[in-house]
Parts: sequence; C-alpha cells; structure tokens
Amino acid sequence: MSVRRVMGTEVEYGISVQGQPNANPMVASSQVVNAYATATVRARRARWDFEEESPLRDARGFDMSRQLADPTQLTDEDLGLANVILTNGARLYVDHAHPEYSTPEVVTPLDVVRWDKAGELVMLDAARRAQQLPGNPAIVLYKNNTDNKGASYGAHENYLMRRSTPFADIVRHLTPFFVSRQVFCGAGRVGRGQDGREHGYQISQRADFFEVEVGLETTLKRPIINTRDEPHADPERYRRLHVIIGDANLAEIATYLKVGTTSLVLAMIEDRFITRDLTVDTPVAALRAVSHDPTLKRTVTLADGRRLTGVQLQMEFLDLAKKYVEDRYGADADAQTVDVLARWEDVLGRLETDPMSLADQLDWVAKLKLIEQYRSRDGLAWDDAKLQLIDYQYSDIRPEKGLYHRLVGAGRIQRLLADDQVEQAMTNPPEETRAYFRGLCLEKYASDIAAASWDSVIFDLPGRESLQRVPTIDPLRGSKTHVGELIDRCANAEELVRALSR
Amino acid sequence: MAQEQKQPRKSEEVEETTEVAPETDVAERKEALDEDVDAILDEIDDVLETNAEDFVKSFIQKGGE
Repeated sequence: MSVRRVMGTEVEYGISVQGQPNANPMVASSQVVNAYATATVRARRARWDFEEESPLRDARGFDMSRQLADPTQLTDEDLGLANVILTNGARLYVDHAHPEYSTPEVVTPLDVVRWDKAGELVMLDAARRAQQLPGNPAIVLYKNNTDNKGASYGAHENYLMRRSTPFADIVRHLTPFFVSRQVFCGAGRVGRGQDGREHGYQISQRADFFEVEVGLETTLKRPIINTRDEPHADPERYRRLHVIIGDANLAEIATYLKVGTTSLVLAMIEDRFITRDLTVDTPVAALRAVSHDPTLKRTVTLADGRRLTGVQLQMEFLDLAKKYVEDRYGADADAQTVDVLARWEDVLGRLETDPMSLADQLDWVAKLKLIEQYRSRDGLAWDDAKLQLIDYQYSDIRPEKGLYHRLVGAGRIQRLLADDQVEQAMTNPPEETRAYFRGLCLEKYASDIAAASWDSVIFDLPGRESLQRVPTIDPLRGSKTHVGELIDRCANAEELVRALSR
Repeated sequence: MAQEQKQPRKSEEVEETTEVAPETDVAERKEALDEDVDAILDEIDDVLETNAEDFVKSFIQKGGE
C-alpha cells in the first residue's frame, strides 16, 4: 500500500449563539443541522440506519419532514434525530452538544482534504440558514477542539486496515508517531492545561486532554490509541482504526500531511516493515512535552535510551517511509505518495532550521506568527484576552470573520485546492468508494429511500410491502466504475433494486 | 541606485555585487517586512471581535466525542 487507503474524517464544531452564552448547545446544533436538511436534502424521509440488524419494519414510521418543519419545538427526545445523509455521501448530525460532519469514504489524502473542507462549507451554509429562521439569533461555528476552560471535542480520522495486522503492532509503532506528528498537524493553542490555567502557547489543541495510552473511551480518560472496533466493512477482513488524537485543521497542507503520513505509517505496520523500536518512555507525558514547546527543542526519551526531539522522531518515520516506498514501488510510486514524502521531508527540514517559514503552510505556525506579531506591536502579555480571542477566532469558519480565512484572503496561506473543487464536493460524492453509490442514490432516488448508512441504502418502493435493503459492506464496491453505468441506466429506484437483485 | 548596482550583467559579477550591499539588503528587507506585518494586523484589527474579554468569557463549550 501507499498513501492510498479507505479513509475519512469526522469533525465536531464548536458552537456559540451570539449574545446568548447560556443557550442550549444541543438545541442550537439541531437548528444548524435541521436548517441545512430542510433547505437542501430532498430525501426528507431518509434517516440514518443505526441498526442494520434490526427488522426492516423498525426503520419505518418516522417522518423526518414533520420534525424538520419546526425545529424550535424539538424536545430532548427528538434532538437525536437531527441526522442526515448528504448527496456527497457525508453524514451531518448532532453529536452530544456539537454539530458534526463526517466525510464520505475516500481513498487519497487530497480527497480527505477536499471533502473535509467541503464540510466547512456545509457547516457555514447550515449556520447561515439557521439564522434566517424567524426569531433565531446568529449561530457561529468554530473548527477547533477546546474552549480553554476544560472542555474538548474531537476531530477524528478513520483508516481502514487489514484485520490480520496484530493490534499490538499498531499500538507499538503508532504511539511514537502520534506523540510527534503534532509538530506539523497541531492547530496551535493559547493556554496550557485542560482548563488553560497556565499561560503560554502550545502546538496542539488536544494534547492536554489525553490521559492514557490505549483504551475505548473518547470522552474521558482519552487514549492516544483508541480501540473502538466498528469496521463498517467485513469484520473478518478489516478493522477501522479510529484515531481520536488529532486536531481539527484549517490549513489544507496540515490535513493533507496528517492523513497522508499516517496512512503511510499504517502501510508500513501492515507490511511489517518497521523493524526499529521507536517506543517512547511515558508517551502521555511525552505528548504534552512536545506540544508545550513551540521552539521544538525539548527531547523525549526512547526505550533504547536515545533522546530525540519531536521533529527528529518524525525524521525516523520519514526515513523508514522513504525506504519503504523505494523498496515496494521504486519509480512506480503514485504521484500523491511521492508528493506526501517530499512535503513531509521539506516540512521537517524547515521545522529543524526555520519553523516560522511554515507560517503559510501549518496552522500552529500561522497562529503563532500572528500572535507574536500582536505581542510585539501591542506589547501584550500571554494572559491578555486578545491572544485568547485570536486563538478562537482563527477557527471561526465565516470567511469574513475567521482569521484563517483572512490570512488565506491576504495570500498568506498556501492551498492545495481551488474553491470550485471544494464547492462541488458539498454535493458530489467521491468516485472511488461506495460513497458514490450512496450519494447518487440520494441524489437520484431521494423519494424512495427510507434510510442509509455507511454500509447500506434502504429503499421503500411503492407497491412493495417490505423495505429493500442494499448492503454496501465493501467500501471499494459501489464506485463510479462499478455502478456508474447502472445508475445512469435506471430511471427509478424500482429498476435499480430489480437490477441489483438479479 | 542600489537596485541598479545589484543587476549583474555577467554571472561573475554576482559575488562582487552581493558583497557590497548586504546591509542595505537587510534594511530593505526589514522595512518591507514591517510594512507587511502592519498591513495584515490592520486587516485583522478590523475583523477581531471588539470586546476580547467578554468574548473569551462567554466562549463556553460542552465536551464532545
């Protein structure tokens, strides 16, 4: 394997209701999701299929359009229903007290960036629509991970892996990688400690919220390696590695490197290519030590006694990955794998010699540079509220207010994608996975779909007594190559289901 | 004038000319950088929420995941 594999992200957005700090965030999140669903989702009746094993009749008897008609009437019980599938194959829903967007399944790092950025536009559009409802105040969304008062919310990544790879190998090799990859994919944070009690800057939004090395939890005692095992694919062949340690990135290059390098390291683990032991002593403490030192000088101790900085530890993985790709592919390596390796090397080199030269590529450096400029111009101390404000507002997803967006607008942050590529991804699914089938069904046969999920699309066809469930258990089947012609040919859902059951 | 002196006609002139004017170079670069910083901070000043203290106090989230 290379950087290519089935993968995706899920991001919970920070939410605030302007002028109402005590507003119920669950209600606000539902308003956001429902406003988008009402305005754009034609498959009103389609619900998320949570329990694929339950009798199909259980999927009936629920009319989402009634719920959508009056979002302010939502009771606590109904809040869980704000949950829609989009024609781009993504899922938009309320998770706890945040609106969340999960990308469709894609197979390249650049496509992760593309559908992850499309999620920002979906959220922006959703929040604007929610505000248009009579009597609704402005709701602002933030792509960040902490309020600096003790709460954290996630930006998870998912990677499909071979089931045959021993989980112990994943833990052994991935832990030192996760301790150190923040040097390029941290989003930067003003404040140290979960509640920000210490002043100062750190590289990662999330580092202070991780307390154990391995575990199942995601909301308390968060582990560096999460063991949730819900493959949404054939469990005999695959596991889905659920990564909870990352920050929500706005910078496209940061997301690209985050998933590209992680996918490469997973490929090396699957192929048992990593023979060096890069185990770090006390990884939870090491994670924080690396995050708390934006000068990148602090070292962590390896089990073999060596002391390396976070950047040097990453260079070990880079060195292995270059050898791995050379060994397996030589000159035949695909373009994105080659590009990820080249950018990874360039970024690590700059982090060693001149980190601030990455202010146009990485979130934590861009944010730090801005903060240092303010400190120097206005003589601000680290406890000045303005610096905290800059941290929050960097992640405001509104182009007119968000500081990331202002920097992009001023040509100070590099991008990998054009605006129209991202806009198209708000409605179009990726073509190389089952998300294509899911998305096109929702686009073309909206009125006949009762429910859908990662691993199924359920049709409710006129004149048929039972629901028709089309399983999509293999993430790579249902691609454009596989079903594009079929969907083109079938004018309605009845024809499609008949063709599929033949 | 310094600008014109730095335009080498032939490749062998490159080293000489860069040797004569390093200080001017640095000063010019610093000035350009300062202007650059001022420009972006002016722009950010315009969009930053006005009452930082109130804003920071009221930015309260619930945990997620």
